[in-house]
Amino acid sequence: MLTFKNVTFRYPEDSEAMMTNLSFHVDRGEFVSLIGASGCGKSTIFRLINRLLEADQGEIYVDGKEIHGIKSYAGYMPQKDLLFPWRTIEKNLCLPMEIQKKSKAEQEKRVAEVLKEVGLEDYRNKYPKDLSGGMRQRISFARTLLTDADLMLLDEPFSALDALTRMDMQEWLLSQWQHFHKTILFITHDVEEAIFLSKKIYIITDTPITELEVVEVPEGYPRDREFLRRPDIEALKAKLTMKLRRQVM
Amino acid sequence: MKRYLPSAIFLVIILMLWQLGAGHMDAAYILPTPMGILRKLWELREPLFMIHLPATMKVTAIGLVISIVLGIGLAVLMDASSVVEQALYPIVIASQTIPTTAIAPLFVVWFGYGIWSKIVVTILMTFFPITITVFDGFKSVKREMEELLISYGATKKDIFIKLKLPTALPHFFSAIKMAIPLSVIGAAIGEWLGAQSGLGYFSRRMMTQLDGAGVFAPIILLSAVAMILVGVINLLENILIKWRKEL
Repeated sequence: MLTFKNVTFRYPEDSEAMMTNLSFHVDRGEFVSLIGASGCGKSTIFRLINRLLEADQGEIYVDGKEIHGIKSYAGYMPQKDLLFPWRTIEKNLCLPMEIQKKSKAEQEKRVAEVLKEVGLEDYRNKYPKDLSGGMRQRISFARTLLTDADLMLLDEPFSALDALTRMDMQEWLLSQWQHFHKTILFITHDVEEAIFLSKKIYIITDTPITELEVVEVPEGYPRDREFLRRPDIEALKAKLTMKLRRQVM
Repeated sequence: MKRYLPSAIFLVIILMLWQLGAGHMDAAYILPTPMGILRKLWELREPLFMIHLPATMKVTAIGLVISIVLGIGLAVLMDASSVVEQALYPIVIASQTIPTTAIAPLFVVWFGYGIWSKIVVTILMTFFPITITVFDGFKSVKREMEELLISYGATKKDIFIKLKLPTALPHFFSAIKMAIPLSVIGAAIGEWLGAQSGLGYFSRRMMTQLDGAGVFAPIILLSAVAMILVGVINLLENILIKWRKEL
């Protein structure tokens, strides 16, 4: 689904590269978390995929096609919900489709479907200010779904939520992922969140990034929170936390 | 309404002190009483409301519309091109230091005693604040929101219509609220310098007749009209952009 091939990138203002010859691959339908210390380059990877930044060298492929030759290949969900306060929920959801010049009728149909899926049909004509933090993130996720991209890039989407809402949202996100069969690349600082959600965890251990360390989570889907208490999962959590702490120190 | 109560009470106190002081002074040609001004306003209601107010409002309206069109146009151009921005922004800022009242007599020489010399003064006073405020509105767009649209494949036009225009709308209203009193002042200054009608002209004529209340009456009328217009814009703003606080 997503392939980085020998990608090198340096911010113009930095003397050292952020990544050199980085290669990795994400399979179709996978849920992969990307973890690492603050400033290690997680969001830079997303920005390269989105083409908000251009790689100095190397290629990025989505579905076997180099990203410069394709459009609407990735849906991006940022940390803040970034709902436009002057648009109703319906109009916020229409945004990616308006840009893709889809017909009004199709926009309305798709919005109705997605609102039903995320359980917020009654909020169609409300404004973002009328929604709670969790609801806003659901709408933000729904808007990302409506980009129609099979690859979804979620950049710490739940980090601003309180602990309980966050747990709800994680479970909700897993159900949505299983329903829509998307490929998700998920940035988080929270090791437990990464373990609970992902099939694989990619760890950035060093900067400049030359490779990603891959850890498989030994549990299938559907999941509940009980598996997080298993000794092998506790050990995995401790191991990943140690790795991240070593980076910070 | 409650939040206006302290300023209303303060205003009443000032007016009462003015009434007492001016009554005690008894020199209406220099300092008329507020009641005297109101009486004069009533006595002169026909020429003031039927002839001079419409004349001033015509200048104000034409000047304001031209300023809005030019101001928004220039703000859009500066936002679209960094070359235009670098070339014009410093000049626009520097131009605000020009004392309009000092160069206004030139406009009478250039454009004559007709309506256009007054309109040019009005434009000069309102065009730049509108340009700068609307341009700042375009620049206040959140970078993350712009990037989100880019990630959807948005073009520059999409970003302008779907993000920059709505973001700049509250700034546009602020610019209009700032420009209305300035445009009224600009029109009055233009009329002071030479006109056949208008509240500025009328006020000056009353001065030559040493009619203190007659000088104040059109000024009070001008202020009242400006306040009413700003109130209407405030109302419109509250209806159209309820989401302002969320930006």
